[in-house]
Amino acid sequence: MAGALARVIQGTKSHLGLVGPLVNISNVPVRFQQTQAPTKSKYGPLADCDRVFTNLYGRHEWRLKGALSRGDWYMTKEIILKGSDWIVNELKTSGLRGRGGAGFPTGMKWSFMQKPSDGRPKYLVVNADEGEPGTCKDREIMRHDPHKLIEGCLIAGSAMGAQAAYIYIRGEFYNEASNLQVAIAEAYQAGLIGKNACGSGYDFDVFVHRGAGAYICGEETALIESIEGKQGKPRLKPPFPADIGLFGCPTTVNNVETIAVSPTICRRGGKWFASFGRTRNSGTKLFNISGHVNTPCTVEEEMSIPLKELIERHAGGVIGGWDNLLAVIPGGSSTPLIPKDVCSTAIMDFDGLVAAQTSLGTAAVIVMDRSTDIVKAIARLIMFYKHESCGQCTPCREGVSWMNKIMYRFVDGNASPKEIDMLWEISKQIEGHTICALGDGAAWPVQGLIRHFRPELERRMAEYAACNGPSKAERLY
Amino acid sequence: MLSSLRTGVQGLWRLSARSIQTTSALQHDSLFVHRDSPEDNPSIPFEFSSANQKRIDALLAIYPEGHKRGAMIPLLDLAQRQNGGWLPISAMHKVAEILNLPRMRVYEVATFYTMFIRRPIGKYHVQVCTTTPCWLRGSDTVLKAIKEATNCEVGGNSPCGKFSISEVECLGACVNAPMIQVNDDYYEDLSVEDTKEIIEKLKRDEKPKPGPRSGRFASEPLGGLTSLTEEPTGPGYGIQDALKA
Repeated sequence: MAGALARVIQGTKSHLGLVGPLVNISNVPVRFQQTQAPTKSKYGPLADCDRVFTNLYGRHEWRLKGALSRGDWYMTKEIILKGSDWIVNELKTSGLRGRGGAGFPTGMKWSFMQKPSDGRPKYLVVNADEGEPGTCKDREIMRHDPHKLIEGCLIAGSAMGAQAAYIYIRGEFYNEASNLQVAIAEAYQAGLIGKNACGSGYDFDVFVHRGAGAYICGEETALIESIEGKQGKPRLKPPFPADIGLFGCPTTVNNVETIAVSPTICRRGGKWFASFGRTRNSGTKLFNISGHVNTPCTVEEEMSIPLKELIERHAGGVIGGWDNLLAVIPGGSSTPLIPKDVCSTAIMDFDGLVAAQTSLGTAAVIVMDRSTDIVKAIARLIMFYKHESCGQCTPCREGVSWMNKIMYRFVDGNASPKEIDMLWEISKQIEGHTICALGDGAAWPVQGLIRHFRPELERRMAEYAACNGPSKAERLY
Repeated sequence: MLSSLRTGVQGLWRLSARSIQTTSALQHDSLFVHRDSPEDNPSIPFEFSSANQKRIDALLAIYPEGHKRGAMIPLLDLAQRQNGGWLPISAMHKVAEILNLPRMRVYEVATFYTMFIRRPIGKYHVQVCTTTPCWLRGSDTVLKAIKEATNCEVGGNSPCGKFSISEVECLGACVNAPMIQVNDDYYEDLSVEDTKEIIEKLKRDEKPKPGPRSGRFASEPLGGLTSLTEEPTGPGYGIQDALKA
């Protein structure tokens, strides 16, 4: 769940009070709306020369030689020697927001680490535990552009004064981890990392830590626990990882994509990056388009590109044409779905999707056409969350199991219409009442389904009752 | 009269009864508790091979002094690989000994993570992703084909002992759905025929070629690129003024 679950602490529970809720579920007025006139009116398509991930499809050499020819590791020493403040400032100028789902401003996150040292080492942790259904962007970076990530680790590490980076990669990505390990060995041999990295006088190590198959380890504190060799159960915050993180030391956890774009931002300038997308949503982004489209693919595009254009330009359109579209999950499994009429106007960025009562998440677009059993699709997601709940907080452990049972009865229609409100109530009781955001992520798809497909649920129940008589739930409640 | 009373009570029972709550269903395909068996019990010795001893030293070196426990997951993974894909209890004891921890700390970790398999499994562990993105593209038919081809149920071993099937959650290759993982390799963009062919090859102990089966190389759109058609730009392209010497 590559960081998608970091949402709660970074958004709603932020101790800083700088950001408001990043996801807006109910019908209250939406925050983060544009306050100033946008400087551009058309977003996307991106020109090839403005793409950060130039070897996304693995058509070129991924090892050091190929990476150097594509401009990685170019002037890295000069960037480091510009100093920590300069790098953080470039990131702030670029407006880069975390790419793991929460969308927390990266420059600000790095600046939390610039406190005077108290003698403890600092660590950078890269969250490569990508497991949010629909999301497969970090995998492409790690197997085809690993040097971008390693260079990013060095630059981010130098900006926050970290002595080492741990890249936590999910255990199933064995071949990706071995590519990454080869790339790290190459970088050590070339003197790009290690002692006196790139000749800058700065010592920095990069380590790979493979996980072992737990979605919850994409939550930043669970990930830290997992690196420490414990069960991946999220920690209560505060203390935040920037105070007490990995091995009890100040730590910053960032998504792979966030780290991997940072060298290019430093080289080409924060202003260049900020020129893409709408204000506060700037930059380029990797989009995964999966499900019922003609050519599912991963593609780097400008932020704020309209959803319809993204699907039709890169994924060959919806199977059977746009009119055959039923719904889209726009940001990985934990974001609420949006029906076709909303999809036609949705803008793929943080604010645009909040306005559509959903969220950008990891920008993993799951497209469902009219042949889809939408209730079953969401029920399967809830089963996923039931399976992946770590069992630490009661609302999530028990509540998600209840939701799973109810959802699978809804698939057949073996339920009472009154239970729809009950299910909504359960989801509201889970949301926000757990340590991490897995509970929220499980509640939102259900809420999205009820919000947009209530007539479908009621139709199934009526159909079931017509065939089999009143359901047991109808008789009992 | 008695019978009418019984009917009444039964009627009441039917009205008010709810299904009896039992302990929560198993979250994984396997048991959480260990049961001694002839193949897996603490008296079977487990030693790391000398090649793996070197790997252990390398793994321990990346964690700071006092936090060597961090190497727990990599060591358990190493033990599992050495033992043919599953983790016996004696290997957990060995890891506890190396890390100087109570055995319970190792059991905790080994039961939490789904990639540690605590029962003997076949040579080929076929993991089928059935989460929504793969399900939308037909993972049910792929799973059915695998079950038929191997004569094996989900969570079990095939009669020939060569295959084990697991239904797993998202494996992170959603644009290449449906997909399966066999041991360490991903097989993507599968059709039922591709799946059967993969299983047949594995039956003959040949290694099928990993990766997408639809003819594409990775995650690019099939049938023509929509981006990255130009040659990548070289070093120093578009570099900002502040870095120009």
